[in-house]
Amino acid sequence: MTRISLTVDGASVSEDVEPRMLLVQFLREKLGKTGTVVGCDTSNCGACTVHLDGHSVKSCNVLAVQAEGSEVTTIEGLARDGELHPVQQAFHECHALQCGYCTPGMIMQSVDLLNDNPKPTEEEIRVGLEGNLCRCTGYHNIVRAVQTASGQEVNAS
Amino acid sequence: MIPAQFEYAAPTSLEEALALLAEHGDEAKVIAGGQSLLPVLRMRLNAPEHVIDIGRIEGLRGIREDGDAIVIGATTTHATVLTDPLVAEHAALLTKAVHHLADAQIRHRGTFGGALAHADPAGDMGAPALALGAEFVIAEQGGGTRTVGADDFFVDLFETAIGEDELLTEVRIPKHTGWGAHYEKFVRVAHQWPIVAVAATLKAEGGTITEARVGLTNMGSTPLRARAVEQSLTGQPATEDAVRAACEAAAEGTNPPSDLNGDADYRRHLATVLSRRAVLAAAAG
Ligand SMILES: Cc1cc2nc3c(=O)[nH]c(=O)nc-3n(C[C@H](O)[C@H](O)[C@H](O)COP(=O)(O)OP(=O)(O)OC[C@H]3O[C@@H](n4cnc5c(N)ncnc54)[C@H](O)[C@@H]3O)c2cc1C
Ligand code: FES
Ligand code: FES
Repeated sequence: MTRISLTVDGASVSEDVEPRMLLVQFLREKLGKTGTVVGCDTSNCGACTVHLDGHSVKSCNVLAVQAEGSEVTTIEGLARDGELHPVQQAFHECHALQCGYCTPGMIMQSVDLLNDNPKPTEEEIRVGLEGNLCRCTGYHNIVRAVQTASGQEVNAS
Repeated sequence: MIPAQFEYAAPTSLEEALALLAEHGDEAKVIAGGQSLLPVLRMRLNAPEHVIDIGRIEGLRGIREDGDAIVIGATTTHATVLTDPLVAEHAALLTKAVHHLADAQIRHRGTFGGALAHADPAGDMGAPALALGAEFVIAEQGGGTRTVGADDFFVDLFETAIGEDELLTEVRIPKHTGWGAHYEKFVRVAHQWPIVAVAATLKAEGGTITEARVGLTNMGSTPLRARAVEQSLTGQPATEDAVRAACEAAAEGTNPPSDLNGDADYRRHLATVLSRRAVLAAAAG
């Protein structure tokens, strides 16, 4: 067992973990933060995306011990005082989800994308979300949600 | 799945890391960004007893200028390489290629040195590093270092000149200031390894190509230089016809794999087409 201390969604946590424990397992099984989900076995789907020291990562492809001393933000840490984050609000308004399984990862990656590029083009949004798979929506409403959250006009079609 | 159990160490100095490698020998595996290693451990394709994390060694990270080269620390992330102004100015081919490597999340964790040390023949960093004549600085046991040229670094599938108890510390890229560059990657789905890709960088004066370097991804067990193409391009005008003729030789001397994505003949054909596209785009800027 290795003791790790880090900040998760603004709270300091300290836990003993097996070195082989993945960050996503740590979040879900040790901290009960089941908002972050696992969708694949190959680090392809992006459903498990969280922010590690301010940058998006696939938490199924990071060891918990590698997050020692870091700051982690999950989908559960986005809302402030009961108010949805603008990207969460936009996903809600634009019907950017159907089953919702990809949504936590989609939103975390969209927030990262907008941090780097506050006014992305449609193409930049599609490329920026290439590491996140959605099996339901066909992506159009997800792109519209990101356009909406960035305060840009949504293309009509 | 989750990895088998292992002992974990996160040394903060190169000396400490090398000592751990000496102590544990082939029972140890180095982890940098983990973006290639962790999938392997999770699939249980490998189960090292010791995992040595080099991500906390400060001196291995960062990009600097050193005379006629830029030097990229082994644990510099792909995301840093992508946005670094020195790389964009002096080794634009890397900027172009890393843009197509995996996805944003993987680029935030994965490292330049890790991708090269992993030596996946379908990896996107090998061909550009080869084309740019990169030199690999390897830390040995006993405090010494040795520098290996790109032609000797890639040995075979997933095999490089780095010994089991050694570490890649940095990669020196000779400056190619003002060279046009393009990476043409052929894939069926987003954020995946190329079926074939071509890395081209060249110098042109008054519409004539004066020097060209062309690297091939996934056309053999290591990244390859398309030397016949490079030679034919030299002195040629950067026109569609001249470039097309030169690129007919792109598959010469290659030994591409056959797999679900395509057989070897298909890849040989792709190499000529993608070379033409890459060279023309590189000539355009
Ligand atoms: C979903 C997904 C998509 C991907 N798509 C692509 C793609 O399109 N193109 C592409 O090229 N790659 C792709 N990759 C692979 C990945 O991005 C790189 O191979 C990865 O960045 C390797 O770097 P790392 O730091 O993560 O290495 P690690 O996984 O930490 O290490 C890889 C190997 O190199 C060794 N190693 C690492 N650093 C050193 C060092 N300094 N000295 C000696 N040995 C060392 C390790 O022991 C290990 O064997 C993808 C990965 C995933 C999960
Ligand atoms: S669960 Fe992490 S990428 Fe699919
Ligand atoms: S909404 Fe079902 S996977 Fe995206």
